[in-house]
Amino acid sequence: MTDSPTFSRRSLLKSAAATATIAGANTLGAPMIWAQNIKDITLRQFGTGVSNLNEVAQKLKEDLGFTLEMTALDSDSVTQRAATQPGSFDIADIEYWICKKVWPTGNLQAMDTSKIKNYDKIVGIFRDGKLTPESTIAQGTAPHTVGFTDGPGGTTFADHESGWMTLIPTIYNADTLGIRPDLINRPINNWHELLNPEFKGKASILDISSIGIMDMAMVCESMGEIQYGDKGNMTREEIDKTFAIFTEAKKNGQFRAFWKTFDESVNLMASGEVVIQSMWSPAITAVKSRGIPCVYQPLEEGYRSWGGGIGLSKALTGIELDAAYDYINWYLDGWVGGFLMRQGYYSAVPETSKNFMSENEWGYWFEGKPATDVITSPFGDPLAQAGDIRDGGSFYDRMGAVACWNSVMDENQYMVRRWNEFIAS
Amino acid sequence: MHRARHLTGWLQAAPLALILLTFLVLPIITIVIVSFWRATEFSIIPAFVFDNYVFFFTSSVTYKVFFATFKYAAITWALTLTIGFTVAYFLAFHIRSLQLQIGLFLLCTIPFWTSNIIRMISWIPFLGRNGIANSTLISWGVIDQPLEWLLFSDFSVILAFVHLYTLFMVVPIFNTMMRIDRSLMEAARDAGASDWQTLWNVIVPLCKPGIMIGTIFVVTLVMGDFITVRFMSGSQKANVGRLISNDIALLQYPSASATAVVLLCTVLIVIAILLRFVDIRKEL
Repeated sequence: MTDSPTFSRRSLLKSAAATATIAGANTLGAPMIWAQNIKDITLRQFGTGVSNLNEVAQKLKEDLGFTLEMTALDSDSVTQRAATQPGSFDIADIEYWICKKVWPTGNLQAMDTSKIKNYDKIVGIFRDGKLTPESTIAQGTAPHTVGFTDGPGGTTFADHESGWMTLIPTIYNADTLGIRPDLINRPINNWHELLNPEFKGKASILDISSIGIMDMAMVCESMGEIQYGDKGNMTREEIDKTFAIFTEAKKNGQFRAFWKTFDESVNLMASGEVVIQSMWSPAITAVKSRGIPCVYQPLEEGYRSWGGGIGLSKALTGIELDAAYDYINWYLDGWVGGFLMRQGYYSAVPETSKNFMSENEWGYWFEGKPATDVITSPFGDPLAQAGDIRDGGSFYDRMGAVACWNSVMDENQYMVRRWNEFIAS
Repeated sequence: MHRARHLTGWLQAAPLALILLTFLVLPIITIVIVSFWRATEFSIIPAFVFDNYVFFFTSSVTYKVFFATFKYAAITWALTLTIGFTVAYFLAFHIRSLQLQIGLFLLCTIPFWTSNIIRMISWIPFLGRNGIANSTLISWGVIDQPLEWLLFSDFSVILAFVHLYTLFMVVPIFNTMMRIDRSLMEAARDAGASDWQTLWNVIVPLCKPGIMIGTIFVVTLVMGDFITVRFMSGSQKANVGRLISNDIALLQYPSASATAVVLLCTVLIVIAILLRFVDIRKEL
């Protein structure tokens, strides 16, 4: 044997073919300047893991030709980055309550709704705040309250559809408690069941202060212990009362554990350590896919809801800005919506997503109808069998029963300190 | 000539000194500086204020959490010392052949080929309500109801600590035991000492440096830990490390730094006290 490199016939052929392709592309280059430029564009997007999906970037590359680089961070880091490093991203995929914190820094630019092709079809929640004309608007940071600004340079929020959007809504859902029906054996209809002594040592709540406090408030209100002025913006007194109730429950051994990550919540539920807890929709799916019964229980007091959207960096201009608008229009065009809705989330423009879903899928996920056949996730896992109905029913049943939106309070720092005390107590 | 030797000495010490300066001293100085800064929800402002320390020392949580940290350290120390000393004693004095000694010693280290986190998390399905421990005990008829305190409790936290850190006790104690001159033990026996007297009056005093090194390892590891406490208590218990990690998650770096500085000082004081008992340098 010698050490000299050897070429197989196949690899030689391959590289020859590649060279030929490059040569071909170069000769064709001149009349395709625009297309070439678009291909060179890379948009840097960062956000929380929920909607930062590689499949979306791949499909975008196929459909529009430019590259989307995605970075997934936790919501605290997302907030910090959007607020302090405007040059480090082109597109921020953030939640509406984060927008409330970040928008006043002026790091994001307003979007002209006349350039958004499907603007008129965006769900009312994100426009005038009303899902249907009769809807009442829930407490907390409702998306429409931070969804508009006065003009291209605005740093305050407008209270009407001004034509300039802060975030283009992309994904949202209604959260509630998850339960193990096989271990509880009776109907659960209210949030206060979380602190029912019947489930002593078998309850859990999430250890993420900004969301956990909302679930706590839903419970305390349901118990009739506290009447909040606004659950999304509590006073110190309300915060103290809420923690007093939960600290007592913790000392009495009500909680088995607190969870911080998605996987932890799945394991607690699947192993039977916990039979009732705050949970996220895909976690329910993950428990079910192990063959363990788990219900995303609709409750009388309603849901705690959240919504995310994409915002554009102030630094984005020229062809990149055009590409970003193309991206937004593509996002609302249905493929992404269908992809998200088949995982149990909702799309901002449901009617375009319908084109990318089967009738069975649309009926199950959106209309709350019994499945006519097996429902699978976009990744091929079976999620429901024929005859199953989505927990909570149709889109209008679920999103129409939102009691409170995820939010950031004026007393946030005070709340966080109390939260640390609660964990340490 | 003298000067040249002088210079050589400095040059020989320089690489290590530089590394320690860059990777140990500078970061600590940075942490101390940041601990005097101010922070809002999403920005950190250079300043020289004592807010972080004032809040730290006036919060009741601080004292509770420090108490918990010391409690974990003390209990873990007592258990790892007992187990570690016994294992080391067995290896050093009961196993006669050197090959077997080395073989058994390596056996002790096998669990350390996997990650800390994996070894810790594998306790969770074992100790859970429907876990192996509970179902075995129920099938033996020892208990009727699953024991809830096995998991997500102080018990499980300390169990994981002992499991993770006992080897740090075994190694230094075994090392000092191997250096003990066997004729001392024969002399003790000839002088009429019982096994216990030999152990207590000859072996233990000679093992002190090993015990002390093991103690420093275990105490510093337990006091600085946060992930074991979080996983094994199901986030329900807190120690100082968790306060710091919570602060970092909330971008409160100045407050996290202040806590870290206080923790560092506490650990240094503990080590200083420990070193009063044994002069490690002299004994090694």
